[in-house]
Amino acid sequence: MEILVCVKRVPMVGGKVVVTPDGQDVDTRMSGFAVSPHEECAVEEAVQITQRLGGTVTVLTLGPAEAADQLRDMLALGAGHGVLLETDGREWGPMATAAAIADAARRRGVGPDGGYDLLLFGNEAADTGDYQVPVRVAHALGLPCVTAIKNLEITESGAGAGAAGGSGAGGAAGARARASREYRGIEEAFDLALPAVISVKEGINLPRYPSLPGRLRAKRAVIEQFRPEYRGEGLRKELLRVPPGESKRAEILGTGTDAVPALVRLFEEFGVLS
Amino acid sequence: MNDIPTRASAVIIGAGIVGNSLACHLARLGWRDIVLVDKGPMPNPGGSTGHASNFIFPIEYSKMMMELTRDSTEQYKALGVFTESGGIEVARTAGRMEELRRRGSAARAWGIPARHLSPAEVAKLVPYLDESVILGGLYFPTVGVVDSLRAGTLMREEAQQSGALQVLAGTEVLGIDTAPGGRAGRKVATVRTTKGDMDTDCCVICCGVWSPRIAQLAGAHIPLTPVVHQMISVGPVPLFADTVGEIAYPIVRDVDTNMYERQHGGDMEVGSYAHRPIIVGPDDIPSIEESVLSPTEMPFTQDDFDPQLLQALELMPDLLGDERVGIRYSINGLISMTPDGHPALGETPEVSGLWSVAASWIKEGPGIARAVAEWMTGAVPEIDIHEADISRFHAHQRTTAHVTARAREGFNKMYGIVHPSEQWESGRPLRLSPAHDRERDLGAAFIETAGWERPNWYASNENLLERYSGRLMPREAEWESRWWSPIINAEHLAMRDSCGLIDLSAFAVLDITGPGALAAVQSAAVAQLDVRAGRVVYTSLLDEAGGFRADLTIMRLGPETFRVVTGGATGMMDKQWLRDQLPADGSAQISDVTSSWATFGVWGPDARTVLQAVTDSDLSHGGFPFATCREIEIGGVMVLASRISYVGELGWELYVPMEQGARVWDTIWAAGVPHGLVPVGIGVYGTTGRLEKGYRAYGAELAADYNLVEAGMTRPKVKLQPFRGKEAYLAQREQPPCAVLCTLTVDDHRSAAGTLRYMLGGEPILTPAGESLTDAKGRPSYVTSAGSGPSVGKHLLMAYLPAGHAREGNRLAVEYMAEQYPVTVAVAGATPLFDPENTRVRS
Repeated sequence: MEILVCVKRVPMVGGKVVVTPDGQDVDTRMSGFAVSPHEECAVEEAVQITQRLGGTVTVLTLGPAEAADQLRDMLALGAGHGVLLETDGREWGPMATAAAIADAARRRGVGPDGGYDLLLFGNEAADTGDYQVPVRVAHALGLPCVTAIKNLEITESGAGAGAAGGSGAGGAAGARARASREYRGIEEAFDLALPAVISVKEGINLPRYPSLPGRLRAKRAVIEQFRPEYRGEGLRKELLRVPPGESKRAEILGTGTDAVPALVRLFEEFGVLS
Repeated sequence: MNDIPTRASAVIIGAGIVGNSLACHLARLGWRDIVLVDKGPMPNPGGSTGHASNFIFPIEYSKMMMELTRDSTEQYKALGVFTESGGIEVARTAGRMEELRRRGSAARAWGIPARHLSPAEVAKLVPYLDESVILGGLYFPTVGVVDSLRAGTLMREEAQQSGALQVLAGTEVLGIDTAPGGRAGRKVATVRTTKGDMDTDCCVICCGVWSPRIAQLAGAHIPLTPVVHQMISVGPVPLFADTVGEIAYPIVRDVDTNMYERQHGGDMEVGSYAHRPIIVGPDDIPSIEESVLSPTEMPFTQDDFDPQLLQALELMPDLLGDERVGIRYSINGLISMTPDGHPALGETPEVSGLWSVAASWIKEGPGIARAVAEWMTGAVPEIDIHEADISRFHAHQRTTAHVTARAREGFNKMYGIVHPSEQWESGRPLRLSPAHDRERDLGAAFIETAGWERPNWYASNENLLERYSGRLMPREAEWESRWWSPIINAEHLAMRDSCGLIDLSAFAVLDITGPGALAAVQSAAVAQLDVRAGRVVYTSLLDEAGGFRADLTIMRLGPETFRVVTGGATGMMDKQWLRDQLPADGSAQISDVTSSWATFGVWGPDARTVLQAVTDSDLSHGGFPFATCREIEIGGVMVLASRISYVGELGWELYVPMEQGARVWDTIWAAGVPHGLVPVGIGVYGTTGRLEKGYRAYGAELAADYNLVEAGMTRPKVKLQPFRGKEAYLAQREQPPCAVLCTLTVDDHRSAAGTLRYMLGGEPILTPAGESLTDAKGRPSYVTSAGSGPSVGKHLLMAYLPAGHAREGNRLAVEYMAEQYPVTVAVAGATPLFDPENTRVRS
């Protein structure tokens, strides 16, 4: 099972988002960068699938040279290869990003005989929240696509509901995905033939922490680098502004033992107690 | 609920371990109407206490830090938040094995349990450690961990429950207003906060990494900088699944890699001081709102830590190499570092009533708080904390450049093998004597004191090695020959044979002037200062408990003018101490004139001949008696000459206007060389010369926990006038001393390996059977100063011995590098070993 997972370097933020004085970026001097949380779950899902079925996970990002840090973070979790589509720091829109990713996927190929069997994405990036890239990549590659998946099961041909017959050497012909999501209280289940594009949401799994050996492997790993040509598109970033928004509010539930019932209710609400 | 008082007896800013402990100790000492302010929430407002690794090793390089740590540990135990785990420092290198042997002896000197372990013994205690990586370890069974947040909460609540303390969380300090007045000229008046203003005479900054910024609000300096200390926590460790409590295995300090590994519940914390020093500006710390974790837990910079991962894996391959064990938490934690590594405690020199209690770790926090609370209450702190006095910093040491350069340099030495004479490299050269060029041309080996470059010895004297061959006590071991040369001993002998020229420009020179000057010096000094102009008085300054606070000379230059000369290292502290003795009516002033005066010393049997050749003034014994001073002309320069000696020879200290110093140096040089004059370094002045003469040094023999009687420095009469510490001193004179300062000689230097070894100071003195010596006050005997005595042909040690052991001829032992060497008490008391009648000085 060859899986491509696409991730994005996004600013980590604390309780308060601070914008740089020129209004062009989130101020990250105090906070640093991470991979969008949905995407971290996508990587975890991919690692679990390959641990079960064999194959490798390739993690790809489009971003500045520093985005290699995020690739290595994902390599430390068990991804096997890293691909950096290096930009010059300019903002890329979802159309251009999807096109560049599709080009990169084509380089390896999609489908049996060594191509990618599955392309995993996070449902949306934590910073821009465009919700577009997975769909556009699927469209460009002519692959089926489901989004916002919280449960995913991959079966190789012969192992699950499929017809008899082995998969091709090194490929996963006949493999299928059973993916489901919650929508307004209803579970929607999809049955797709691979290759396919699937975007996942937090909650699909609990991402692991990197191990020390994993981190050291990631440090040594060679990252494949490409420089896709910048493609502008209709959308341009003018200015970032933090909306006035609601300020944080603290509610005192009570003091001493009087606070216990309220606390229990809260724990029940969080699902910590049942 | 948060009604803010309009007035407080003390406003403590910062509710970390220090602020909480301080509030508690002030309340215990009877303070009321204390307010504790923090911009963050309780119990973890977001400072360094919140991310501390919370373990305590009892061993320290400084006696003060060791005592503060010991007191803190006792306080943590009393609060029920201490868990003993034991701790091991492991050695990967031969050099470190040597260091562990020295540390073992130091532990012995302070009564700290410690045991040397073989690699297999280490692995027995720490089964997940690969014993093939190490050569051995030093085990401290009393190491433990504390819950510092809980301790802070308990202490804060104690103060609240006693009605002494009001706590204002979520309250940011916006300003500290000052008003004219106080010893410093400005005093604290009002603390302004987001919840309102409070008038107060006393504001205490316990703000850790934010302290410099808060001090700036009042126009004061707290010289520290936030520095990153990286830490990761990995887990869940299967081996720890079944252990009970927070910690079941000893903490490992992998000191050669500057790292530690410490169990924390199901996780292993790995911390590092090995990465590049990362200095964070006080203004670059995120606010609570902007922080991802907390302001002092900044984003982890993985690349800096990666090399440490390999080293940690080497030491604990199975535990840390387990693929199921993940890095669950990793931070660039902020800690405070000062230029010299010690905390910054006490009233700031710039603003009266503004106190600093900063740059404290968890391990010494409660002890520091207690000491400062005692100090704020007007008592003498039980633990001598002068080494941490914030007034110690010279102006240049408060600059951002100095603070960051030294923090950068000090960071990687955190677990380093630090030599007692270790030299800093950054920010040098800075303060130069007018003779500096001459000294450099003579091949001076410079060491630094208070920013001054001081010749330790001169390569140009190498020719003396042959002349004094056989008397130089050359040192075979690399450790003892570091920052040392046999030339020092040759210079010593040459000075005693003819004469030496010593640059002493690093002395701090303080002038006290005005109608109230006599009253000021009288009230500070033990010795009588109501002397005629032209007298030089050697005196101690005491605290109220009769402990040593300074040791210096005072020249009376006129009816209303006194000149104080003291060591460069303690100069600024002595200045503040004396400033606080000035009459409140402003009738006397103190000024630091160090930068105006170069100081040279000429001593030796031929000193008179040499100096007389360059001056027409009468230098005869009758014409210029001992302990007097006067102006003389040398080569067209008016020089203040003072006939005293710290090396036990005839001679003079010469105070020369700085810009004319080079000329005076040249004039003496030209006249002296034909008489055998040699340049002599601080190696002689600070060590060999004084040890032979039994002269004591402040900070070594003269410390707050010993007194004039024990030091053998009493005079027949006590002056009638009052002085600070007089009552205590009078009481001390009534009692037989329970310890006596002695000079000991080392009888045999040969180690088991056949090498001649020379103690450098700090070693425990033992009975011949190897038992520790402790006096009736519980103070262990240890070497306060050590060095060659070339004229007496012995290596000399000074130590306070219990009265019963302070007998001349008494045979004892000294432990050095885990071996014992025989010593003999040569002098019990102050009689010099060399020239006991002091005929040379008074010839």
